[in-house]
Formats: sequence, structure tokens, C-alpha cells
Amino acid sequence: MQRALSIDPGKCTGCLQCELACSFEHTGLFNPSRSVIRVFTFHEEGRFVPYTCTQCAEAWCLQACPVDAIAINAATGAKEINEATCVGCKVCTIACPFGTVNYSQATGKVVKCDLCGGDPQCAEACPTQAITFVDADQTGLERMRHWAVKTDAAAHA
Amino acid sequence: MAWTEKILRVNLSDKTCKEEPLNKEWAQQYLGQRGLATKYLVEEVDPKADPLGPDNKLIFATGPMTGTMASTGGRYSVITKSPLTHCVACSNSGGFIGQELKNAGWDMVIVEGEADSPLYLYIENERAELLPADEIWGTSVWHTDEWLHKRHQDPLLRIAAVGRSAEQGCLYSAVINDLHRAAGRSGVGTVMASKNLKAMAVRGTQGVGNIKDPKRFMQAVNTAKKVLADNAVTGQGLPTYGTQVLMNVINEIGALPTRNAREVQFEGANEISGEAMHEPRPSDGKPNLVTNAGCFACTIACGRISTVDKGHFSVKNKPEYWGASGGLEYEAAWALGTDTGVDDLDALTYANFICNEDGFDPISFGATVAAAMELYGRGVLTTEQTGTPFDFGSAEALVKAAEWVATGEGFGKELGLGSKRLCEKYGHPELSMTVKGQEFPAYDPRGIQGMGLTYATSNRGACHLRSYTVASEVLGIPEKTDPLTAEGKPALVKAFQDATAAVDSSGLCVFTTFAWTLEDIAPQIDAACEGEWTAARLLEMGERVWNLERRFNLAAGVSGKEDTLPKRLLDEPAATGPAKGLVSKLDEMLPEYYQLRGWSSDGEPTPETLQRLGL
Ligand code: SF4
Ligand code: SF4
Repeated sequence: MQRALSIDPGKCTGCLQCELACSFEHTGLFNPSRSVIRVFTFHEEGRFVPYTCTQCAEAWCLQACPVDAIAINAATGAKEINEATCVGCKVCTIACPFGTVNYSQATGKVVKCDLCGGDPQCAEACPTQAITFVDADQTGLERMRHWAVKTDAAAHA
Repeated sequence: MAWTEKILRVNLSDKTCKEEPLNKEWAQQYLGQRGLATKYLVEEVDPKADPLGPDNKLIFATGPMTGTMASTGGRYSVITKSPLTHCVACSNSGGFIGQELKNAGWDMVIVEGEADSPLYLYIENERAELLPADEIWGTSVWHTDEWLHKRHQDPLLRIAAVGRSAEQGCLYSAVINDLHRAAGRSGVGTVMASKNLKAMAVRGTQGVGNIKDPKRFMQAVNTAKKVLADNAVTGQGLPTYGTQVLMNVINEIGALPTRNAREVQFEGANEISGEAMHEPRPSDGKPNLVTNAGCFACTIACGRISTVDKGHFSVKNKPEYWGASGGLEYEAAWALGTDTGVDDLDALTYANFICNEDGFDPISFGATVAAAMELYGRGVLTTEQTGTPFDFGSAEALVKAAEWVATGEGFGKELGLGSKRLCEKYGHPELSMTVKGQEFPAYDPRGIQGMGLTYATSNRGACHLRSYTVASEVLGIPEKTDPLTAEGKPALVKAFQDATAAVDSSGLCVFTTFAWTLEDIAPQIDAACEGEWTAARLLEMGERVWNLERRFNLAAGVSGKEDTLPKRLLDEPAATGPAKGLVSKLDEMLPEYYQLRGWSSDGEPTPETLQRLGL
């Protein structure tokens, strides 16, 4: 079974534990600016929205890469950057419609979410379950459960 | 390690920004943030210096945990000599700018001198410069925040600023960061404005590392995170109700100072409680509370994000206040509401927005309004002087007062002096609910005896955050003590004071201590920092910090005589509730406290005590 990140912004408190965990896993430092998951604050609405790569099945980034530096990890389904091959041309950052592939000045390569090889640290660190790592076919299950209870009118009758 | 080992020294008179190495020997004695910055202050500032003159300094300090993944590891403090109390001021804030400073590579920023025209400090990693702030001088914190983001075309810039209240000389102005987080107390914002420094804008992308044993650190962090999650207060109470979980609790035990502490219970408490913030309001069916929010790295997330009802008189036709922003914490709800007798949740929320927008402390502000209301009720102040009827319970008066203090208009100038100076001016010093010039917060010492000693001996004037014995006396943390007796309280206060000073020096939030003891904290610090950090060493370090602060205050001319409480708390017994008939038993506690501290009967540390602590 492949698993996918499931994000529920309604639960997020904007604490950035996920960004810390991500940067620590990938750079060895606590550095939110190098995290590939980013949490956006919409202050006036009182909303916090985490956002990262959703690992498209037919990934634009992968198709656009001129040197084939992006490959699918068969076990996790993640689209991973091969740093040794990447030439830092940034074509994939243009191709990705969602902005989730980014260039890193520090390394001269691009970076994106690689699901931490199957054990995503953001989901691990999140204190509110706003990010979970679940069956890729069932990312909506929790939300369905939440609404299901409301349709069960008989229980409330 | 975990320190960046670099300090930024900013001289406003010469307009220079210089890097210098952190004094690592001091870091071993004082850890960081509150302790370490106080050490720098004590070494560099004459205790007799004019707090609003060029000789005072203003220090922004992070701790070794700041910027790491340790839960709540995003704190910083502003340390200076207070214009309100003339004591050492140390105001702690969360939000995001502390970690940004650390990520930019700085443990601390020491600001000295005084600029001849308004400036702001811009820090981008190792680059630091002073830039003109004429265009934002005379504007609010919120406007300044927007202007700086646009100016630098950087949505990720983190900003701390002072508002118009500080420029106008309000003595309890705050430094506000990230729009609604505050280094709130003792007028640290007033000092910043007196130096003509409007804001600090920071962008850091270097990463926080320098962790002694990263693997052990992450284990300790994860273990400690779990303790917070499993605890009823930090795992449930605070995220759901914020600190406002306390309003009804403290009212019930009869320790809620009401109408300038004339009473100890408030009939309107429930209307302005954490529970009420969840209730849908009739007008639009939406509750006051939009969401809870965390400071950087915090897995508790006590923060409140709220809205004011669009139809409420305070925001009618003012769409700029219709969005969500930082809502009521317990102390603010108490000061703006209970202490003034106002039970209108929307009015309180709006007044709180104004405190953030123009940067002033809602505790001191609310308590000063309460004192003015009592003076007004006694006919000492008239409508001509106050500009509007100023009765207890008037939401209109509260809202106007907030707007006036924000801009320094009319009666706002006098309210900005704080309750001590206001009451003295009008011949009734006994009506000022202050210690060492600072207004006390939301716990009545007649109903929670430990808080009387806490307020009387706090090194920054009356404050709940120096030894929060409420945890023990009301909530039973770490063990339950009787709030109505004085017995055992001196030892309790001392233990809390020392432990809190240690937490405040680490970069962690003191709210973790509802669940954590120093035994949970020490392994995190030890895994990150050079040296061996045990709970015992942290506690001793806290005691050293306490005595260091005390010595500064004594040298500043604030003697043991000022370790006292307003007469009202000592002479007028509580009229209702469990504490009925009681006054504060401060005189029973103080001598024992001095003794436990190793201080003389005048409250001065003895030579042996100083020597024991290496001072
Ligand atoms: S760790 Fe979870 S709660 Fe915190 S910012 Fe990330 S998604 Fe939100
Ligand atoms: S407990 Fe509250 S104040 Fe402390 S760091 Fe967390 S959100 Fe901020």
C-alpha cells in the first residue's frame, strides 16, 4: 500500500514544527526557510494552511527535467531529485503548477518533498494531526467520518 | 552549544552595527535570554541611569533553545531598565521573531545610545543596518508592519515594533512582534521609542544548529513533547480555552480582583470567560474565537485568534477591525474587563486589538483605567478631566480610553502614566493597585496568599509570571497547597521564582511548566548545550539570576521597603467567597522569605549568599 500526506488546515495552529522537522531531516539544521513543506498564515481569516508537493502521478516536474534527474521511488511513490544529476536549471520549478519544487541557493540544486523515504518527518512532528501519512487511496477518510456523523440523523432523533 | 555565539551591538548615536563574540563564560553561568541579557545589562548600564536617556540600553535576547525544535522554543526577551518601575525590566514574548533572529545568526542584539531621528534596524543574516523610519514614525505597529513588508518586498520578514503610545511617552508601552505577540510589561517599548528606534525587521536563513548531540536532543525533545500532549492543562485546557480557562475558576475561588480590587468576585465573569469566547453570538452566529494559534515550535498553542462582532459599537463602520487578530488572554480579559467592571466581550476584544495595534500593556492599561474609574466614582476626577463619563462598567469609557492611550490624546496622556503616578497626582496613592509602580494582574492575594508574596517580591514590580504559585495553590501543580494560608508559601515562592528564572533564560515558554518540571527541561538543554546541565544546576542558575536582578534594583534605589502591597490588600478583607474575611498575610511571609533567600532583614543579599552564587 502506498501512503500519501493528508493535510487538514482546519487543525493547524501554525507552530511550524513540520517545517523544523523537514529542514532538520534534509539539512541537519533547524531552518524553516529550507523546509519543503510551508505553512501559510492568513491572519485576517485566522487560518493556517500547510502546503507541499502532492506527488502527482504524472508529475510535470519529472517530465520537464532535461537531464532525467527526477525519478519515481517505486516503494513510496515519491518523485525524488537525484542531486548528483540535477544541474540546477530550474525548468522543473517552472513546470510544476503548484510551486512546490524550488531552487536552493545553498546547494545549487532543486529541492522538493521526497516523503523522507517513506517516513515523513513533518507528519511525525505535527502535534495536531493536521498532517498525517495515510493510505494514498483514502486521504479523505477522516473528513468523510467527520461529515458522516452529521448525516446520521437517526442517532440524534 | 546551541548558541550562535555572536552578539550584534547597535549604537544609535553613532549609527553603527558591530558583531562581537558572545561571552561564553557568562553563558555558562546565565544560559541565555533573561539571565544572560541581565548580566550584560548589569555590567554595562549604571543602575541609576535615566531609563529614557541615552545611557540606558535595550537588549533583545534569545535563549539556547530558541529556534530549535524543542516545544515552545521560539521565545525572546527584551531587557532594559524600566521607566515604569526603575527596576530591571525583562519582558518575554513568543511569536516568530526570536527564532528569526537566531536563524539570522544572532544570540542577542544590544541597542545603545539614542538616534537623532527615527530609525529602524534591518537584519538580513550577517548584514545589519540602520535605516530611516521617518515615514513610519507616528504610525501604529500594524501600519509599520505592513510598510516594512512592502518596503523590503519580503513577505517572510519578521517584525517587532513600537506603536504611537510609546512615541507619546506612555510608560507601559510594549514591543509588539508578529502583529499580536508582546514583550508586554514594564514599558520596554517606551525605552525603544525614547531611543528613536521604531522597529526591528529580521530575516534569517542560516539555520539553527550547533547542537551538542543532535540525536539525543531529538529524543529528549520528543519525550518532552509527549509529556505536554498527555497533560490535561497543556494538552487540552490551554489549546481549547487558552489562559482564559481561568476566568471562571479564579472567580469561583474568590480571588478575582474586581473594580480596582474593591471586590474579589465579578458577577460578569462568565460573560467574558474562555467558555464565552466559544459561544456563537446572536448577530452572526459566529463565536468570538476563530482558532487557537501556536507560537514558533509550540505544541501547546494557547494563543487566541478572535473577531469583534461587526455590528458592535466599537467597530461599526470600521472595516479595518473586522478581520481576525490576537484575542483575549486571561490577564488582558481580567484587566480590561473584570478590573473595570466591563462585561462586554466585544469591547474587551476591541480594546485588546488597540493594545496590540499601538503597543501597550493591557494589564497596566486596564488597571490604570480601573483606578481612574474609582477616582471618578469618588468625585476626584470629573467628566471634564476624563473627557467622557468614567463609571465602572462603562464599555464606552474603556474603548475611548484605549483609543486615547494609543495616540496620546486627551485623558490618554494621563492614563499613559500608569496607575501609581495617576493616583499620586490626584492625591490618592492608596488607590493605585501597584507594587514598585507596576500594576498587579488577575489574582487577588487575599484569596491566593502566595500571589501576595509573589507581587511584593517580584523583581520587575507586580507580576504573576515571576512565581506562578497559582499552579500549586489552585491547580495542584506540582502539588496542591491551600490558597488561604501563608504557611509554606515563602519556600514555594522562592522555588517558583528560581525555576522560572531558569526557564526564562532558556528560550522556552513558562507555560510548559504546567506539565514540565526542570527534570523534563534539563535533558533538552543538556543535549544541546556545551557543559553539563542538570535540573539542580538550572535551579541554582535561576537563583543566581534572581539575586543579580535584585542587586540591580537595590543599586537603582529600590529597597526592601518596597517589597509590599497596596494597603487595600493588607487592610480591607475580602467581602465574599472562600477568602471572605481575609487580607493578605504578607507580613507573615516576608521575613521567612528573606531568610530562605539568604538576605538580611532589609532584603539585601548577604555576602555569603552572593559568594555562594558566585556573584
Ligand atoms: S506541525 Fe502541524 S500544526 Fe504545526 S504548523 Fe505544521 S501542520 Fe500546522
Ligand atoms: S504556550 Fe502559548 S505563549 Fe507559550 S509558546 Fe505556546 S502558544 Fe506561545
